[in-house]
Amino acid sequence: MPLQAIAFYALAAVTVFAGLAVVFARNPVHSVLFLITAFFSAAGLFVLMGAEFLAMMLVVVYVGAVAVLFLFVVMMLDVDFATLRQGFARYLPLGGLVAAVLTVEMVLAATSVAHRGAASGSTAPAAPNGAMTNVEAIGRLLYTQYVYVFQAAGLVLLVAMIGAIVLTLKHRSGVKRQSVAAQMARTAKGGMKLVSITSGEGVDA
Amino acid sequence: MTIGLDHYLAVAAILFTIGVFGIFVNRRNVIVILMSIELILLAVNINLVAFSSFLHDVVGQIFALFVLTVAAAEAAVGLAILVTFFRWRGDIAVDDASMMKG
Repeated sequence: MPLQAIAFYALAAVTVFAGLAVVFARNPVHSVLFLITAFFSAAGLFVLMGAEFLAMMLVVVYVGAVAVLFLFVVMMLDVDFATLRQGFARYLPLGGLVAAVLTVEMVLAATSVAHRGAASGSTAPAAPNGAMTNVEAIGRLLYTQYVYVFQAAGLVLLVAMIGAIVLTLKHRSGVKRQSVAAQMARTAKGGMKLVSITSGEGVDA
Repeated sequence: MTIGLDHYLAVAAILFTIGVFGIFVNRRNVIVILMSIELILLAVNINLVAFSSFLHDVVGQIFALFVLTVAAAEAAVGLAILVTFFRWRGDIAVDDASMMKG
C-alpha cells in the first residue's frame, strides 16, 4: 500500500470520527475541540489533493478564528447543557435511519459520478505543472478574472462584522460616557463662573 | 491501490450526513447546530477541492475559498445572534424560541 493511501485512510478516519464526536459529545467544549480536529485532518486531505493554499487557509481561518470564536461563546454562556440534550434519544433512531439512507445514496451517486462523469478519465490529482505552484495558480485567477467576486467577499465579511457588532453592542445606562457634542459646544464663557463669596457663608455648589 | 475521486467524494458524503444528522438529534442546542452547519460546509469544500483537483481546474478551489468566507461570516453572525438571544432569554434552547410565530 503506497504512502498516499495510508495517509488518506488515516486522515479520512480521523475526520469522520471527529465529525461523529462533534455530534455525540456531551460537553460542548469537547464538541468544539473535535471540530478543530475535523478541520485539521480535512486540511491534511486538502494537502493530499494538492490544494496547499486552501489547506493552510482552513487551518488559519477555522482553527485560528472560527473555532476560537465558538470556544469563547461556549465558555461565556452559562447554560445547563444537560437539559439541552433531552430529546437526543428520541430523535436518534429516525435520525440515524435518515442519515444511513442519505449516506448510501450519496456514496452511490459519488462513485457513479467519479466513474462515469466528466472526471472519470483522471485518476490522479493534479500534479504541479512546471513552475506554477498552487498558490500562484489561485492568485493568477483570483486577482484577474474573479477580482470583483473577491471584492464582494470582502464586503460580505465587512457586513458580517458590522452585523455582529450591532447585534451584541449593549448601551448601558448609568455609565459615564464621552459626549463629543457636549464637549464641542462648551465655550470659555459657559465653562467658568465668577462667584463673589460673602465671608462666613461659603458657596453652594 | 490508488486513491481516486470516489474516495474523497465518499468522505465528503459521510461528513455531510454527519452534519445533517447532528442537526436532527441536537434540535435544542444551537451551538451544536452551528457546528453541524460548519461540518456540512466543510464537506462541500472537500467536494469542490476534490473535483477541482481531479479535473485539473483551479476554479473549484477559488469557489471553495468563497464558501470558506461565507462560512466564517455565517459563524460570526450566528454566534452574535446566539449571544443576544441568551441575554434576552437566559437560555439557548431553540425550540422555545417561537415567540414570533404568527
